[in-house]
Amino acid sequence: MNETDITQLWVYLSTKPLTGLTITLVAYAIGFWLYQKSDRNPLCNPVVIAIALIATLLKLTGTPYATYFEGAQFVHFLLGPATVALAVPLFRQTETLKRALPVIVLGVLFGSLMASASTVVLAWALGASPETLASLAPKSVTTPVAMGIAENIGGVPALTAVCVIATGIVGATLGPMVMNMARLKDWRARGFAMGVASHGIGTARAFQVNETAGAFSGLAMGLNTMATALTIPFLWHWIFG
Amino acid sequence: MIAAFALILVCQLFGEVISELFDLPVPGPVIGLVLLFFGLLIKRNPPKVLTDAADNLLIHFSLLFVPAGVGVVTQIDRLKGDWLPIAAALTLSTLMTIVLTALLMSRLLPKAKTAKNAEDGQ
Repeated sequence: MNETDITQLWVYLSTKPLTGLTITLVAYAIGFWLYQKSDRNPLCNPVVIAIALIATLLKLTGTPYATYFEGAQFVHFLLGPATVALAVPLFRQTETLKRALPVIVLGVLFGSLMASASTVVLAWALGASPETLASLAPKSVTTPVAMGIAENIGGVPALTAVCVIATGIVGATLGPMVMNMARLKDWRARGFAMGVASHGIGTARAFQVNETAGAFSGLAMGLNTMATALTIPFLWHWIFG
Repeated sequence: MIAAFALILVCQLFGEVISELFDLPVPGPVIGLVLLFFGLLIKRNPPKVLTDAADNLLIHFSLLFVPAGVGVVTQIDRLKGDWLPIAAALTLSTLMTIVLTALLMSRLLPKAKTAKNAEDGQ
C-alpha cells in the first residue's frame, strides 16, 4: 500500500464512529498497561496517557475533534449513568453518614467552597479572563456535572472538561505527597479530602491505595457533586449578578 | 442486568426531566443520583444485580473522562493565552483544598474503633 492508499483508507475510517470508539478503548488500555508496568506509579496516569496518545494521533492525521467524538460519544455518554450509579457506593456508607453526619456535611461544604473560591481568586489575581474564571470554578466535581455548572454560569464547557481532568490528575498524583508532608495519617480523612478536591480520578486513586480511603473518597465525591451543583450556580449569580 | 441498567437510566431520565421542568442549575444525572440514593434508603436491601451493574459502571470510571479530556485539542488557543493562571490556580487550589480538608476531617471525625492508619504513606 502506498501513502495515498493509506490516506484514503484513513479518510474513510475516520468518518466511522467505530474508529473513535476503538481508538479511545485502545489508548486507555495502553495507558492502563503502562500504569501497571510502572508499578502503579501515580505519575503514569492512564487518563493522561490516553489523552496524550489520542490528541497526538488527531494532530498527526489532521482529524477534527468533532469527527473523533462521533465515536467517542458512546464512552462519554456513560458518564451520566455512572454518575447516577455513584448512589450505590454512597448507600454503602449510610452507617458512616449517620454516625458523623454533621462533620461530613461541614467537611463537604468547606471543601466545596474552598475548591471553587480559591481557584477563582488565584486565577483572577493572575489575570485570567472572566470566561476562564467561570470555566475553572466547578473544577473539583465530576466532568458532566462541572460542564453543566460552567454552562450555567457563563463558562466554556470544553475548557471546564480540561480543567476538571487536570484537577483530578493533580490531586491523584500530588495529593498523597502533600498529605504525607502534612503528616496526615487517618485514611478516612485522606480519602475524604481526595474525593472532595479531585472527584472520580482522585477516588480511583484512593481505592487503589486503601479500601477505607476509597470508600470515604467516594462518599465525599458524591456529596460534593451535590453540594457544588446546588451552591455554586446560586452563589455565582448572587455575587456576579 | 438489563433491568438494573434500565433503572439507572430511568433515574437519570427523571433527573433530566426534573432539572428541565423546574429550570434547575443542577445537572440531571446528579438529581438521578439523589433519586436512586433515596430509593436505596427506602428499599434498604438493594438487589445484587443493581449493585453489580453500578460497580461495573464504576470500575473504569476514569476511562469515561477520556473523550472529554481529548477536547483539550479544541482549547489550545484559549490555553495559550491563559495557561499560566489556569495551571497555577488549579494546582495550588487543589493541593490547598486537599490538605486543609484532610486536616479538618482528621480533627473532627470521631475516632474509629480499629483505625488503620497510613504507615508507608502511599
